[in-house]
Order: sequence, then C-alpha cells, then structure tokens
Amino acid sequence: MKNSIAERVADFLNRYPPFNMINTSDLLKIASEVNIIYLEKGDTVFNQGDHFNDHFYMVRDGAITLHYTLNGLEKNLNMNDVGDIFGVRPLIAKESYKLTATANEESIVYAVPIATFQSVADNNAKVYKYLITAFATNAYDPFTSEENAEVFVDYIPTTSNDMVNFQTAEYTKNPVTCKENTTIRDAAIKMSTLKIGCIIVTDKNKNPVGIITNSDIKNKIGTGKFPIETVVTDIMSAPVITSKPDITVADGQLQMIKNGIGHLCITKDGTTNSKAIGVLTHHDVLVSLGNNPAVILKEIKRANRTKKLRTARLKANTLLKSYLEQNIPISHIVKIMAQINDAVTYKAVEIAVSKMPTEPPVSFAWLALGSQGRREQLLFTDQDNALIFEDVSEENYDTTKSYFLELAKRVSERLNKIGFEYCEADMMASNPEWCKSASEWRDQFKNWILKPDEKAVLLSSIFFDYSYIYGNETLVDTLTETIFTTIDKTSLFFKFLGRDAIKSPSPVGFFKKFVVEQNGEQKDLFNIKSRALMPLIDSARLLVLINKIKGINNTAERYEKMAELEPENKALYNSCAYAFKALSKFKAKQGILHKNSGKFIVLETLTKEEKLKLRRCFKPINEIQETLKYKFDL
Amino acid sequence: MLNWFKNNKKEYPDFWLDYLNHFKSKKRTDIKTTRFVAFDTETTGFNKKEDRILSIGAVSIIGKTIKVNQSLEIYIEQDIFKPETVKIHGILKHGSLEKISELEAIKLFLAYIKDSDLVAHHAGFDKNMINEMLLRNNLGKLKNKFIDTGHLYNKSKHIIYRDNLKEHYSLDDLCEELNVAKTDRHTATGDALITAVIFLKILSRLDKRKNLEWDYLLK
Repeated sequence: MKNSIAERVADFLNRYPPFNMINTSDLLKIASEVNIIYLEKGDTVFNQGDHFNDHFYMVRDGAITLHYTLNGLEKNLNMNDVGDIFGVRPLIAKESYKLTATANEESIVYAVPIATFQSVADNNAKVYKYLITAFATNAYDPFTSEENAEVFVDYIPTTSNDMVNFQTAEYTKNPVTCKENTTIRDAAIKMSTLKIGCIIVTDKNKNPVGIITNSDIKNKIGTGKFPIETVVTDIMSAPVITSKPDITVADGQLQMIKNGIGHLCITKDGTTNSKAIGVLTHHDVLVSLGNNPAVILKEIKRANRTKKLRTARLKANTLLKSYLEQNIPISHIVKIMAQINDAVTYKAVEIAVSKMPTEPPVSFAWLALGSQGRREQLLFTDQDNALIFEDVSEENYDTTKSYFLELAKRVSERLNKIGFEYCEADMMASNPEWCKSASEWRDQFKNWILKPDEKAVLLSSIFFDYSYIYGNETLVDTLTETIFTTIDKTSLFFKFLGRDAIKSPSPVGFFKKFVVEQNGEQKDLFNIKSRALMPLIDSARLLVLINKIKGINNTAERYEKMAELEPENKALYNSCAYAFKALSKFKAKQGILHKNSGKFIVLETLTKEEKLKLRRCFKPINEIQETLKYKFDL
Repeated sequence: MLNWFKNNKKEYPDFWLDYLNHFKSKKRTDIKTTRFVAFDTETTGFNKKEDRILSIGAVSIIGKTIKVNQSLEIYIEQDIFKPETVKIHGILKHGSLEKISELEAIKLFLAYIKDSDLVAHHAGFDKNMINEMLLRNNLGKLKNKFIDTGHLYNKSKHIIYRDNLKEHYSLDDLCEELNVAKTDRHTATGDALITAVIFLKILSRLDKRKNLEWDYLLK
C-alpha cells in the first residue's frame, strides 16, 4: 500500500545528515518505521538515567534542549534545532541516557527505530562517521569528555570526498611485548626506555593475552593497590580488543569509542588467537585524519614562515565549513576557531619580532580587538588590533614608539598575507593612535569613560572588547583595573552605551516583515550584523561593564554569566545567548555560501524554516532592549 | 422470542459484525492512552448523494505519538468522475495509483478504525460521505464518536476572544494559527496527518487550563 506520509518523512530526512548519505529506497524503509511525536513545551523525550530507547531522534519542528543535572546543578549542554539529531547514545553504546532531552518550545520530533536504521546503515562508513561525531559533540563537555577519551571530540569528518576514513589505518608495527611472567617493574622500565604508552602481554605463541597502558600503571601501581613486583598478568586489561591489519581509520575509531579504549591490538587474523603484529592508538587515528584542530594548532606552532601560517589558517576554514555542515554546536566551533586565530596572531607577532633588527627596547603587549577580541570571529574578517608598550622616559619615547610602529606594521602585513584584511577604519596597531604607552592608554580609556561622546561610544564597541594575545600580560591587566575603577566614578558612560545598544530598532517590522536596507548597494538586503548581532553584542558589553565582570569577552558567555548573576532574568539571558549563537552560525553559513563576510542576507534565498529560525532569534533582542531602556531610563 | 428479532435483522457480512463487536466491550480509558484516528476523505464533490469518495487517508494517535507504519491510505475505483475537481485532489480517473473497490475500501477502513474515536476537520461532511457509502453497500452507519477539529479549536480559545472567532475555520486557517506545515495539503493522507497534528496541538492547549475530561472533549 502506498504510504505518502512515509514519503514525506523520507523527503525531510533526506535534507539532513546522516540520512542524506543513505540511498532513497533504504531511506523510505527507515521513514516508514518512524514515529512522529508531538511535544508540548517542557515535555521530555528521555531523561537522564533512563534505560535506552529503541529509537534515536531528529527535530522536525521546534527545538529540543539537552541538559543534565550534576550535584543538584542543572546544566544546559546543547540546543537542537530543526534537522538536528539527538539521543544517539544507544546506537553506539548500550547504556542509559546521560542527558535529558526537553522540548524548549512546542515541537515535533521523529523517532527513528535503531534496528531498522542499523539494518540499512550498518555497512555505511560515512553514516557511522557522522553519528560518532554527533555523539561526541553532544557529549562535548568536561562532564563526559573524560569517559569518551577526549580526543574524539575534535575529530570531525570532512566532506564525502575525503577518503581518509576508508584508508587503512597506519598503525605502529612490531609492537613492544612482554611475557606473562614479567614483573611490572621490568615492563615499566621497558616502556620508559622505549618511550611508549602501552605494552602487550603475549603468551608463548606470541598471541596477545592482555595489555598494560600508562594509566594502568598510574591507577593500579601508583596508587599502591598492587606492589611493583606484581606480575603483569595481575593488572593487565584482558582480553585485548583486537582487529585485523586492514582496519580502516573510521573502523578503528568506532572500535575505540564502542569499547572506551585508546589502544587497539592488531593481530594477524584479527582475533586474540593469532600473533600480535601492531598497535593502533588514538594518536595514530588523529594523525591520519589530519584535518582536526589539534593537528592544525601543532602546525601553527611549528610554522616558521608566514606562508606556512597561511596554509594552516586556510585549513581551519575547511574545518569550519565541515563543522557547520555537520551541525556541531556553535559554542564549540567558536572556541576552536578563536584558539586557532589567537595562535596564528601570536605566531605572526613572534615571527615579526624575531625578524626585527634589534630586540624590543621595553616589554609590550599585542591586543586583539572587536570580534577577535570577543573570540567570536569565525570567518576571516578585518584585523582590529592595538599595541601597549611599557612606559619609558620622555627622551626615549620617540624612538620606542617608532620601533613598535615598525613592528606593528610588519605584523599587520603578515596578518594580511595570511588572509586578514586591513581594517578600513585603520584600527590597527600600525596607526600611531592605537600604538601607545601604558599610561597613554590609561588616559585614553579614562577620557572615553568620563567624557563620553558619539566618537567614544563608537570606538568603545571595538576597544572595550580587547583580549591579550602576545607579550607582557601585566600591561593589559593594569589597563583593565584602571577601566573598572574609572567606571565607578560615572554613570553617564553607561547611559551613552545603553542608548547605543538600543539604537538599532527591532529587526522585524510591524507586519512581521524583515527590516531591510532602504538604499545603496545593499538595498533590500537584510543586514544581520547591524540589525541582529550588534544589538546583542552591545547590550552584553554594557551588562558586563556594569557588573564588573572581567575576563569574559565572548558575547554568548557574557549572557550566560549574567544568567548566573541574575537568576530572576535567567530565561532572558539564556535566550540572548542562544540567539547570539544561532545568528553567528547563520552568518557564518551565509558567508561560506556566498564567499563573503555573510553580513548581508538575501532574504529570498532563505527557506521558510530558516526565516522562522531567524525570527525566533529576534524576540530576545527586543526583550533585552526593553530591559535596558527600563534599567537606564532611556 | 429471539428468533423473531433475528429474522428481521438483515444478514450482515462478517466484517461488519466484527466491527460492531468492538463496541460491545468499549470502555472509556485515560485520554492519554486512548487511540484516536484522524482521517480525511477526498471526494468528487460536496453532494452526499451524488458524489463519491475517491480516497481515504487516516493516521492513528496514541498518547502524543503517530506511527508512520500504522497509517491508512486507500484509493477507490468510482464510476462517477468529475474532471473539474481533479485540480484540488489530483486523483485521475485512470492514474497510476492502485485503486480498490468501495467494498474493499470499507473493509479496510472499518478494520482500521475499530471502535476508536474519529477526528476530522469539518467531521460532519466526512461522516456523511462515509455513511452514504456504507448505505450503498447495505451496511449500517458508523458507530464511532466524532471529534471536529474546527469545533474543538473554537473551544480552545479563551472566552474573551470568542467574539473574534470566525464561524468557519478552514484547515488552512488552522495551519496558519497553529503553525503547522501544509505538506501534501489536499491529499487525504496529507490532510489526515495535518488534522492529527492540529488535534494534538489543540488538546495541549485545552489541557493547560483544566484536566481534560471526556465529556468536554466529545461534547
């Protein structure tokens, strides 16, 4: 019998990973077994500690929050939007749920039966690869990363053209082994001389019977549970998880996650009944994957020329693209991209310093400003930066300043070569105005705060979100202290900032239509940066300054902190944090799609769903603006 | 004495007696665990005597779950055909869809709905069309309780908004009001699923204000 509903469910599933990697007839088979579940706001799909279900889930409408309670504290982990999958734990490990899934609003989810799914997807490595990622990233949290062997959270499969995962894994051949009657002491000495992390215990036929890793020695010997003269068989993990020599990278990884281990023993026929011929470690897996943040960061650290930095940074863009395609939580993406951008900048400064004819005359600090300063830069944007140098005597001032201006110019050129455009407004350390001594900077900020005007407010949106990148950090700390003591003396500055934060009117007009640009080149385009992101960024900055919150630059994190400080407004602040993340993701996706900054959005190219998603983010903007109006009597 | 009664009774086919049997033991259980069947018909027109059912779509709801593999989708062979309605329902006289006779359709439909409470948008129309079809095939009327989503929606609105309510809410109106995607609108199965989702959304709204009782729901 024809089942139109199943066909429509399949159409929907087919728009999102991992289902878009499954062929049409198999997908229809899965779709016809789906349960459509309606949820009211607050209904749960499953609860932390529940026995696992026979289904995993995809959001059809609405949004589902994943959260957990630890020591009585409620923690939100991730918000799943339309097309996101969740509750995949039973697919990978048959154990109880570690999280609770609650409807954030009225929602519809598809429950996909695991048995049917596995019957068609079992041999599809691409599908598994995706699920591992979804599982690992939803579990990305200090709370769970330990048990998942944290390296996996960084493994993100790249495009389907990337054949790495189907390649045979490069494992360490000729593994180090020891006999069953060896003492721990001898085994440990062997491991330490050969600088290896594990040793395989073999029987007389050289078949593996157990494995001892660094952590076994730490946990079982270091703690005194067993004396060091114990024979290895007493503390080894047995039986050993083994695999055939032709294991693929993806399979190796799956085995490790399934068994919660970091080492796989490779034997001749893949069972424990044949000779041990190698060891595959997670490090090996990571190295073969290459395109992951850990490897990129290493590459940046090792770079000795700007050209190499550029290559590494470009790899990060590919990584970003796959992250976004795979619906990895934006907070995770932002953290990684910020780390990479900071590392690139650090290295660019370091190289520039080493190429200067002389050592710096005094210590200095390099600051990132604006979006990089807030650690929310995803795509290449303009470089905004500044330089602080230690105070010097008056007669040395000119030579010192010109030294640092020259240094800044060189850094700027390098950053430009790497891919960061020069700042149009010239807010760069190579501009004499933004390359100053410590005391000059303190006076500058005092001036902005105590005598605010239009220009000060404009600059504050860039300069108040600075973060330390390179050099003498105390110079930056002192500046921060000064700012916070000065702020205490006035409330006028807040009023200016507040007025600025609410100056952009609501992004949707009276008839729920998007407010688009009225004229110029961008006519009829929606400016997501100025209409939606900036009001949130500006409001967050104002809130942290008032509450004297130091060291949190990221807008979403600022709201999350505010939610902690003002439990009565928790819902509002959390929704602002969420809206900000969703909008940034949106902007980045648009940017990648159109190969630009993603700032202007052609509304016609959006699906109805995307428009709905955008609209949902606008609600908190209005609410936070109303709150500020009330707070500052604007 | 019983013989007299039996002789007057028509000889009904087994499937109809099976259907009636379900109602003998019917008990009201918790709304949360009751099976509802949301359904829709596509017809050649609006005249219950002249027009015919071309297709029936139905889904069942238990709790808040709709199982895709437990839906019903049937297309019926009819002699009456009105080309002008094709643009609405899209069912051709000699299309590629597999069609069955009216009697086969009735058998499948009755076996599917059993004694469940039926949910439909403007339920009166679908009820009449089905009953006419039963009559043509020498059977009795449907015994199931009917819930009309249009009527139920009106009840879900707070008393102070009642004045602004329309007399007649189309399925499209409700999709807009309740934010339901209009996928496969004007196919029987598509509309049945839409009706089911609308039903669940209205139920949750009603339930928020009071503990939902059967009397209220079926009134």
